[in-house]
Amino acid sequence: MFPEIGQFALILALSLAICQTVFPLVGAHRDDAAMMGVGRTAATGQFLFVGVAFICLTYAFLTDDFSVLYVANHSQLALPTLYKVSAVWGAHEGSLLLWIFLLAAWTVAVARFSSGLPDAFAARVIGVLGFLSVGFLLFALLTSNPFDRLVPAAADGGDLNPLLQDPGLAIHPPLLYIGYVGFSVAFAFAIAAMISGDLDQRWAKWTRPWTTLAWLFLTLGIALGSWWAYYELGWGGWWFWDAVENASFMPWLIGTALIHSLAVTEKRGLFKSWTLLLAISAFSLSLLGTFLVRSGIIVSVHAFATDPTRGFFILTFLTVVVIGALALYAWRAPSLDSDAGFGLLSRETFLLLNNVLLVVATALVLIGTLSPLVIEMATGGKISIGPPWFNIAFLVPTIPLILLLGLGMHTAWRSQDKAIWWKTIRFPAIAALVLGVVIPMFVYGRVSVLLVVGCSAAVWIVVMSLIHPIRSLLREKGTAGITRSALGMSVAHLGMGLFVIGVTVVSAFGVESDRALQPGETIEVAGYEFEMRELRNVQGPNFSAIEAEIEIRSDGNVVGTLRPQKRQYLVQKNWMTEAGIDAGLDRDLFVALGDQLGNGGWSVRIQYKPMIRFIWLGAMVMALGGLIAISDRRYRVNVRKKAEVGAVSAEATA
Amino acid sequence: MKPRQQRMLALGLAALGIAIAAGLTLRAFQDNMMFFVEVSDVVAGNYPSERNFRIGGLVVGGSVQREEGSIDISFEVTDTACKVPVVYSGVLPDLFREGQGVVAHGRMGDDDVFHADKIMAKHDEDYMAPEVADSLSKHQQDIQEAVVKGAVECRPDVS
Repeated sequence: MFPEIGQFALILALSLAICQTVFPLVGAHRDDAAMMGVGRTAATGQFLFVGVAFICLTYAFLTDDFSVLYVANHSQLALPTLYKVSAVWGAHEGSLLLWIFLLAAWTVAVARFSSGLPDAFAARVIGVLGFLSVGFLLFALLTSNPFDRLVPAAADGGDLNPLLQDPGLAIHPPLLYIGYVGFSVAFAFAIAAMISGDLDQRWAKWTRPWTTLAWLFLTLGIALGSWWAYYELGWGGWWFWDAVENASFMPWLIGTALIHSLAVTEKRGLFKSWTLLLAISAFSLSLLGTFLVRSGIIVSVHAFATDPTRGFFILTFLTVVVIGALALYAWRAPSLDSDAGFGLLSRETFLLLNNVLLVVATALVLIGTLSPLVIEMATGGKISIGPPWFNIAFLVPTIPLILLLGLGMHTAWRSQDKAIWWKTIRFPAIAALVLGVVIPMFVYGRVSVLLVVGCSAAVWIVVMSLIHPIRSLLREKGTAGITRSALGMSVAHLGMGLFVIGVTVVSAFGVESDRALQPGETIEVAGYEFEMRELRNVQGPNFSAIEAEIEIRSDGNVVGTLRPQKRQYLVQKNWMTEAGIDAGLDRDLFVALGDQLGNGGWSVRIQYKPMIRFIWLGAMVMALGGLIAISDRRYRVNVRKKAEVGAVSAEATA
Repeated sequence: MKPRQQRMLALGLAALGIAIAAGLTLRAFQDNMMFFVEVSDVVAGNYPSERNFRIGGLVVGGSVQREEGSIDISFEVTDTACKVPVVYSGVLPDLFREGQGVVAHGRMGDDDVFHADKIMAKHDEDYMAPEVADSLSKHQQDIQEAVVKGAVECRPDVS
């Protein structure tokens, strides 16, 4: 019965989403307060009913209700409870339900915290979000109903894909989706502002915290996905430029550009139309990502079950959303001229460059991702673009981006005095160049151009990000300290610096080696000795495994013992590699079992990954920076009060 | 700067950035583009020599050979019509199995053996890389028979 309740709840949610779209939009047009008021109530109702549907599906998983097709396909009696819960979003239908649930949650949050916004504006935002809900609810009900029954019911389920039976992947999709879906808020704000034609700087201020929040979740989601691929797929890399990874990375790049562009629009009233375009693009790329993942038109290691009708639906929805948004943009954008100017040496210039470079980076990723598709359609030839191309192409915009990032942070709005500017930047610049040579030479004993560029860039960003916070700590009593938003910016950029150092060092000095190893045998990789002490059988809840005990020594001292496993899951009979990793801030040692070699030995993949943790640490620090920026008090003051007193000043503190 | 100048600056920078990016993209594209070549075409000699490409098909049953204690492995890949021998040195993916779909990156050696530097099998057992599925459906042979015998009726049209 619960699955039916879930399905009814989804249908009711669809009806409410239609109300949530129609009434507020029409109400805002007619200036009818009663109609606009429907929006908030409908949004809350929609959220509740989607919540009921979500709980019903979770309940079906927890009670092993194999009369539900989706549960029968993706769960199993012996599946640990944690994975029964995460199996809810382990495949298409459930992950779509999660998407819908999160969209409803964002809508309710916007409705709840938008009391400071003008009524008509808030109503339009809720209406646009309602329209998106309608699209996704229709998608779920028409093509991917998670509550479809299986008659007769199965005695046991087909089990969750063993790759997904992992704590990291249990929370990766929710984080990523919160980010993806969060960009719909920025999109809705942009559309609402364009419908009303009332595009002053306030909408940028209202949009900023929401966009940053979405961005920080997307950052965490991508980082977690990268970490999962590192230890679970057993390849030991952290980024593969896989189509699905790119699909999440493109909205991130545009989202990052949007955050920076919003800063200019809020503080200076410039780049308005550009910011709108970015807000539309960020969400469109999220939709494109969903389309790529779900349609299966692109070969990807991540593409699980795929279905052309679903791809067609998303493509149609994508077209409607993008064409609608762009048409509105074409109509409204020309009236957005601003007379404000800025000097050549000013923060505006640097943020403009930031945007250009991030857009170029996104374009490159898009070209690399879609070109196999385009070439196949044009010539019939099947090609693939390898990671080496992405690695080279991506450096073109990012190296200047990193250099300019350090400068831009210490450049004032409007125009910057050259003498003061030079005084601030010269010592960090020298320090970065010196350390950029010293670090690789003395720590790792090798120098190359790319290494020096990478290390210098990392030191440069780290030093430049620390200047403001340190000055604030050392300031005289009674003077104003750094604002939360400036501190957030510094912290986020510091995270970028940590990320760059991690990427540089691991790319240059990482070692990967496939070797044969027998019990009792010792081999040496990257200066470490790996001895296979023994092999034994172990039993998990729903798998049996062969486990190797591998002792690692360095100069005769035991560094650690790893226990990599080769698991066979009992239902799907798949073999799965569970790598053993000795993790540390300075380096990871990674051992994965390969195949039995017939003489009692195994092939093993051994990796030495120096500073790879900085990659994910950097991403977490970036997200922390976003969190600090959102907590700035100017986002909490009552906007309506301020609006009554007078237009928000363009001179908000930098 | 006045708005007009700003726009010109923005446009100029964007154009410059895109021009550089496009130039580099095209150049690097040539070097990193990897073609997928069907097994029958490989047998017929229609493949890019001197550069890497991908092949895909099913691993022929009983063809997987390994020297005891070594990580070197050899096997045959078939598109159900023809088959090509492959050698590889290293750890195989978990889903690599006789009779299952596989994609290999590498190049042909002078010994008419495909030297793979990367082997991929897919996550999902039911799932086959689209180009492999395409290549198999072209030949319309009995897959079971092909997997057991290797090549059923290899008639590479040497053109």
